[in-house]
Amino acid sequence: MKAVAETEKQRWERETLEPTLKKSPERAQSFTTISGRPIERLYTSEDLDGLDYKRDLANPGEFPYTRGIHPTGYRGKLWTMRQFAGFGTPEETNQRYKTLLKAGGTGLSVAFDLPTLMGRDPDHELSLGEVGKCGVNITSLADMETLFEGIPLGGITTSMTINSPAAMIFAMYLVVAETQGADWKTLSGTIQNDILKEFIAQKEYIFPPRPSMRIITDIFGFCASQVPKWNTISVSGYHIREAGSTALQELAFTLRDGVEYVQWGVDAGLDVDDFVPRISFFFNAHSDFFEEIAKYRAARKIWAHVMRDRFGAKRDRSWKLRFHSQTAGVSLTAQQPYNNVVRTALQALSAVLGGTNSLHTNSLDEALALPTAEAATLALRTQQIIAHESGVTNVADPLGGSYFVEKLTREMEDGALAYFDQIDRMGGMVEAIERGFPQKEIAESAYRFQQAVERKDKVIVGVNDFVQEDEPPIEILYIDESAAEKQLARLDRLRQTRDNGAVARSLDRLRAVAKTTDNLMPPILDAVRAYATIGEMCDALRDVWGEYEETPII
Amino acid sequence: MRKLRVVIAKPGLDGHDRGAKVIARALRDAGMEVIYTGLRQTPEMIAAAALQEDADVIGLSILSGAHNHIAPRLMELLKQKGLDDVLVVIGGIIPDVDIPKLKEIGVKGIFLPGTPMQEIIEFINTNARARSEV
Repeated sequence: MKAVAETEKQRWERETLEPTLKKSPERAQSFTTISGRPIERLYTSEDLDGLDYKRDLANPGEFPYTRGIHPTGYRGKLWTMRQFAGFGTPEETNQRYKTLLKAGGTGLSVAFDLPTLMGRDPDHELSLGEVGKCGVNITSLADMETLFEGIPLGGITTSMTINSPAAMIFAMYLVVAETQGADWKTLSGTIQNDILKEFIAQKEYIFPPRPSMRIITDIFGFCASQVPKWNTISVSGYHIREAGSTALQELAFTLRDGVEYVQWGVDAGLDVDDFVPRISFFFNAHSDFFEEIAKYRAARKIWAHVMRDRFGAKRDRSWKLRFHSQTAGVSLTAQQPYNNVVRTALQALSAVLGGTNSLHTNSLDEALALPTAEAATLALRTQQIIAHESGVTNVADPLGGSYFVEKLTREMEDGALAYFDQIDRMGGMVEAIERGFPQKEIAESAYRFQQAVERKDKVIVGVNDFVQEDEPPIEILYIDESAAEKQLARLDRLRQTRDNGAVARSLDRLRAVAKTTDNLMPPILDAVRAYATIGEMCDALRDVWGEYEETPII
Repeated sequence: MRKLRVVIAKPGLDGHDRGAKVIARALRDAGMEVIYTGLRQTPEMIAAAALQEDADVIGLSILSGAHNHIAPRLMELLKQKGLDDVLVVIGGIIPDVDIPKLKEIGVKGIFLPGTPMQEIIEFINTNARARSEV
């Protein structure tokens, strides 16, 4: 008797697959993505039951934008090739920017050092040994003027990776632009300004969560009227992933952070369609090729629905998720560093196939140090080769309709929405963070991955397999203490030459406004113009709000 | 024999604590008593924690490049407090040229990216002795 409802896939398994498996079994019992997600050996149309093309995918440029936000894909405009850079003094970084722009980079991206990111002046005790090491040191408006000397801010877009002191750094940028004669109304760029992922993953927080969220909504409000083309926040999954999350956790926590910002903006009385179009995202481009592509596609779909259905946004600009991506720093190995060029190329390709709007490719030497100029140029060339030689930019969403990619996209969406429910039940992301939920989830995934590497369940070429003894060392960028000495001398000079009375008055006003619900940007701009330092401005707010301290979870 | 007591510390301003947390957990799973200090520890705070916790081992996680400042200061403080028999190890991004200097001031183990956890566990088990037995 013949089985009634044998599907084509079942028939294939019985007639073709089973005899093969008997003769030659597979290499492993199960196959999983780098995130531990189980993957079947074959996907067919049977895996896409219930998928409705127009509802779930739609052509590019149409809701829910699974296949991309631009009807022409990359045929109209390529992604922005934006290389993150910064080290040492503002002078040194200014030179690197000029090199990158000359090499064909199409936007700048500023990496700040830890004292700047943490709102500390170079002479603070915790700044010891950190000045200029992981990025450029910016202490006051004077440094910002040097950083962009000879680079007209009206003509480029700049992304600045700054979070807790984002308002201060942004104010410095605005004042430099104004001095150069650029109009704030046409000025374009991005500040990362994503404090939630700092509490969750990267840990560069200063103030407690609630006042931190207030600074962000103040920036939303200020920009909506004063700097309308500025991307006020880059909601970042990058650091969540680097801290060890899975692809799904990166997707879910990042988008749920986005929801939290929108909710706080709405609660502060802003109109969704006034500020949401200026929210952008930032994802990690990690090593599991198809899982990453599915992640980006699912992200666009989820955001479109959340903005339209949960927040009632009416403008299509509010529905379209735009994102920057960066290849995975954590995947780079110190061993056999040239292998990193290949890893980065594959990761970059996944971001492009997933429709990234902007991309940073890491340099081969970044597991060892900040990149040399040669390594940074090779990283940019990698993007140019993908853009101009591979042919993948000829067609929008080349993988749309792949049984595997569509199935994975759906799984990512379902998984992310399940996390949304869990976080909503806790009362929102701020509450979830306060009880350590995303932090615990990420720490767990990080440990699980490390164990998989130790067991060699996951192979890292050159690290736990294909190891090579006696590798020749490569040339690296060594940052000595001269940057710290120069910045300390400069700070000294600044304190002697500026009007310290005006600085003190501006800081008093900042403290006073912090105690009200008035927008913080005007007093911050005044303090910046008086050449108050980042440490002084952050200290003024520390006086009012205190500092956040986390309970460490291992 | 009492368990080895390990203080895992994250000095400096850097908040990238994935490595510190993963190693803290691995050492705990390997049977050691692990105290994780959390972020932004000055050398003074770390030395005080080592004293207070009666540590046999201090593990520093440093990725930011601040090791040349933090390690000498910590080693000096440990000496002052009579804790120079505590085994000090560093994990993180340390340029090759800095390694001899760190070894010279008494940092016994330096573990670069990609080091298997098992190797670190074995190093500690071989080189540390519970202080009460000394």
